[in-house]
Amino acid sequence: MKLGVLCSGGKDSIFSCGMAMDREEVACLITVHAENEESYLFHTPNVRLVRLQAEAAELPLVETESAGRKEEELADLGRALDLARERYGIEGVVTGAILSVYQASRIQRLCRERSLWCFNPLWHTGQETYMQALIGTGYEILVSGVFSAPFDASWLGRRIDARALALLKQYAEQYRITLTGEGGEYETFVADAPFFNKRIEVMRAESEYRNFRGVYRITDARLVEK
Amino acid sequence: MILLVDLCYRDGSLGFEEFVLPIARIIEREGAGYRIVHYTRCPDQATRDCDGIILCGTPVMDNGFLGDLASFSWIAETGLPVLGICAGMEVLALLAGGRVIPCHEIGMTKIRVTAQDPILPENRAFEAYELHGYACTLPPGYHTLAESDRCIQVFRDPVRPVYGVMFHPEVRNEWVVGRFLSAFCHPSLSGSPGDRSLLRSQ
Repeated sequence: MKLGVLCSGGKDSIFSCGMAMDREEVACLITVHAENEESYLFHTPNVRLVRLQAEAAELPLVETESAGRKEEELADLGRALDLARERYGIEGVVTGAILSVYQASRIQRLCRERSLWCFNPLWHTGQETYMQALIGTGYEILVSGVFSAPFDASWLGRRIDARALALLKQYAEQYRITLTGEGGEYETFVADAPFFNKRIEVMRAESEYRNFRGVYRITDARLVEK
Repeated sequence: MILLVDLCYRDGSLGFEEFVLPIARIIEREGAGYRIVHYTRCPDQATRDCDGIILCGTPVMDNGFLGDLASFSWIAETGLPVLGICAGMEVLALLAGGRVIPCHEIGMTKIRVTAQDPILPENRAFEAYELHGYACTLPPGYHTLAESDRCIQVFRDPVRPVYGVMFHPEVRNEWVVGRFLSAFCHPSLSGSPGDRSLLRSQ
């Protein structure tokens, strides 16, 4: 089955892509650039770098733009799905949704309207097992944004490794954040994955941080041999 | 031991993690063991030592099981308690002489409880997650236990503990699975919680 993977550049969509590649044919990545940083559906930090991730994975990319206004976003995503089907003949869509009924149900409706299959392979996954799998199977994940207490500025650009995961687990217990950041507490960018043929090297980045909210913007990056 | 039946389009499909594993985790949390089998596999050995059966749901567009009803004929013969979720409810309806009709609901939906039952709450309404393109008519003799504005949400066999649930209890209503297990699958809960197995086609 030919699938298009909705890709924000973050760990959940990239890991789902890897799962889809193991079972089916991934025909393309699909990404929507939202102008609005508060976009309800589309993760925004560094989403333009999905282009490099697609190149690293040697997958075609379908890109569309969205103003990021609630509900209009759905029509924008629908256009992206139509384009992916037209160009690459996708029969289904894969998302990285873990717990968000808001996100999953909207995408499932779009798929049903288009007679496309819809898969959420991380749906209600065991969060700690999943995070351990990410760290243990060669994913290089950088924190690209923080949006809640108790994250300080040192998290911006930090790699999620065993030490970072131990701290996240502590935060999850003390501050009730979701371990995976599914509640929007933090966002990530994947610089390397087991199915990437090259890894992404960050050449230059800027951080902005204030009151437990911050973004790590990668302004220059390149593909390098692994 | 609970037998979890995967109704997705093929063994080891991408729907497995989304529709089967979340139910397996609930069973584990309830302290029971489980065995997972794809519906196309011969059930003779699969039901061995089992105290109950749960038929899992499938992804949007995955309706291949509807054309392969013969693969489920063994369910009635086992005499075990059965919980059919979404696609599983559709199978139970067809096996019992009901029909499956186009009717879609996706997202959180209000469910009204219409009859008292051990697996449903005392209060008369709750919100549940829906993901279906078909609904079921009531099989002859069955009882409707809950409804949404669009369709029957829970039905049961008049005699045996055989239930169909159209919503997905693994999302925000895990207690439905818990109540089914504690009400009808007692030996499973006093058995071996760590016992997990997966029968896969060779």
